[in-house]
Amino acid sequence: MLRLNNIKTFYGNIQALDDVTIKISEGEIITLIGANGAGKTTTLMSISGLTPPRTGEVMFLGEPIHELSPNRIVTMGISQVPEGRRIFPHLTVLENIDMGAYLRSDKEGIKKDIEYIFDLFPILAERRGQAGGTLSGGEQQMLAISRALMAKPRLLLLDEPSLGLAPKVIRQIFDIIVQINTEHKTTIFLVEQNANLALKVADRGYVMENGRIILSDTAQNLLSNESVKKAYLGI
Amino acid sequence: MEHFQYFIELFLGGLTRGSIYALIALGYTMVYGIIQLINFAHGEIYMIGAFTSLIVAVVLTSLGFNQLSIIILASLIAVIYSSAYGYTIEKIAYKPLRNAPRLSALISAIGMSIFLQNYVQLAQTSDFVPFPSLIPDFDFVEPFAHIISTQEIIIILTTAVVMILLTILIKFTKIGKAMRATAQDREMALLTGVDVDLVISVTFIIGSATAAIGGFLIASHIGMINFYIGFIAGIKAFTAAVLGGIGSIPGAVLGGLVLGWTESFATGYISSDYEDVFAFALLVLILIFRPAGILGRTTAQKV
Repeated sequence: MLRLNNIKTFYGNIQALDDVTIKISEGEIITLIGANGAGKTTTLMSISGLTPPRTGEVMFLGEPIHELSPNRIVTMGISQVPEGRRIFPHLTVLENIDMGAYLRSDKEGIKKDIEYIFDLFPILAERRGQAGGTLSGGEQQMLAISRALMAKPRLLLLDEPSLGLAPKVIRQIFDIIVQINTEHKTTIFLVEQNANLALKVADRGYVMENGRIILSDTAQNLLSNESVKKAYLGI
Repeated sequence: MEHFQYFIELFLGGLTRGSIYALIALGYTMVYGIIQLINFAHGEIYMIGAFTSLIVAVVLTSLGFNQLSIIILASLIAVIYSSAYGYTIEKIAYKPLRNAPRLSALISAIGMSIFLQNYVQLAQTSDFVPFPSLIPDFDFVEPFAHIISTQEIIIILTTAVVMILLTILIKFTKIGKAMRATAQDREMALLTGVDVDLVISVTFIIGSATAAIGGFLIASHIGMINFYIGFIAGIKAFTAAVLGGIGSIPGAVLGGLVLGWTESFATGYISSDYEDVFAFALLVLILIFRPAGILGRTTAQKV
C-alpha cells in the first residue's frame, strides 16, 4: 500500500534520512522505533509532504506522492496524528473534529462519524463546546486521533501517541488504535519511542538509528532480538 | 443641554471616523493573523478603492445614470478592483517570500506601498481631486442635521453590516473555520487538507474589499482624495489594529472605535492642532500597559 523507496530527506544541508526503505501492506500495523533524533518524525513528514524527500520516491496505492502538496496527500487517504498533538487551541472540540472532515462533503456521513467518535471517546462529547487548548494531554491526544479519523483515512500515521501521558491513558489510546485497525481495516503506521508498547500491538517493526533503518522484522522477533532488547527495551 | 448636545456630536463624529478606521484595520489584522505580516500596502488598497469609485462615478454621471445606480456600481467596482489588487499583491510580493525571514516580506510590503502610491500619482494626478457627493441628504435627518449627517449614518450602518457579515463568515462557514485553523497552526491545517494558499488569497481579498468600502465611504464624505490618502489612513488603521490587539478581529473594530473617539473628543475639547498626537499618545499608553493590545492574546506556547 505504501512504499518508501530509498528516500533521503534534508533540512537545509543537514541530512536527516539516508536511504530509508519501508513497505507497508494494507491492514497492517507497522511500527517504527528508535531513539530521540533518529529520524522517525522526519520519516512521517516525508510521507505527509511537509518535508518532502530530496531523492527517492514515496508510492501510495501505486502512485508517486512525493511531489504532491500536503493537502493533496490528505485527499489521497493519508492522515496524520502529529507529534505534540497540534490541536487548534482556540477552536472548540467539535470544530477540531470537524476540521478533520474538511475535505468531505457528505453531511450525513460526517454526522454519523462524529457520533462514532463520541462513542469511542465519551469525554470528548462532554467537552464538545470547550476550546481545544483547555483539554488535558490525554484528551488532546484523543481529539487528535479523532480529527485524523474524520478524514476516513486508508492509512493513519501516528507520531508518538504515548508521549507525556499517564500509563492508564496510554493503554486506553493503544486499545483504541488496535480497535480502529480491526474494525475499519485502517492501515496504521505507528512511530514510537516506547518500543515495548509499540511492538506489542504491531505486526512488523522497523528500527531506526541516525537516519537509517538498521533492522526490520516481525514484531515478535524484534521483541526477542538481543540487541533490540538491550538498546530499546531496557532489559 | 448645549454641553450634552456637543458631546453627542463629538461621540457620533468619533463613531463615524472609528468605523472607517475599523474597516481598514480589519485587513491589517486578518492578514497578520494568518501570515504574521504587516501588509504596509494595505493603505494603498484603500486609496485605490477611493480612486476607482471616483473614476466610475464620474464616468457614470456623464453617461446620465441615476444616483442610486452610481452608488451601487461605483462601490461594487471599487470592491472588485481593490480585491484584485490585494490578491495580486500577495501573489507577487509576499507568496515568494513566505518561507523567508519575516523582515524580507515586511520590506517587500513597504516597497509595494511606495510603488502603488507613485503608480497612482503618475497614472492619475498628484493634486487633490474633488469627489462627487453621491449620498443625498434625507429629509428625516434634517431636524438633526447639526448633530449628524446622512453620510455619517450611512457610514456607521454600512460598517455595522460589514462587521456582521464578516462575523458570520468567520464563525459559521467552512472557509471561515479554515481561516481560523490556518491562523492557529498552518502546518496542521495543511495536514487536515486545507488549501492554505487559497485561504491566504481569500483573506487578502476580504481585507481588500472592506478597505475599498472604507475608501468609497470616506471619499464621498470628505469630498477630496489624492494618491497619498492611503498612507495616512493606513497608519491610523494600523494603529487601530495594534490598539485592539493585532490578529484579533473584534480587536480591530474596538481599536478603530476607540481611536476615532479619542481623536474626536480630544479635538473637540482640547485642540484640533494635536489630533494625531492624541491618537499616537493613546497607542503608546496602551502598549505600555497592555502590550498585546486591548483584546490581544498573549500567546503562550505550550509544548
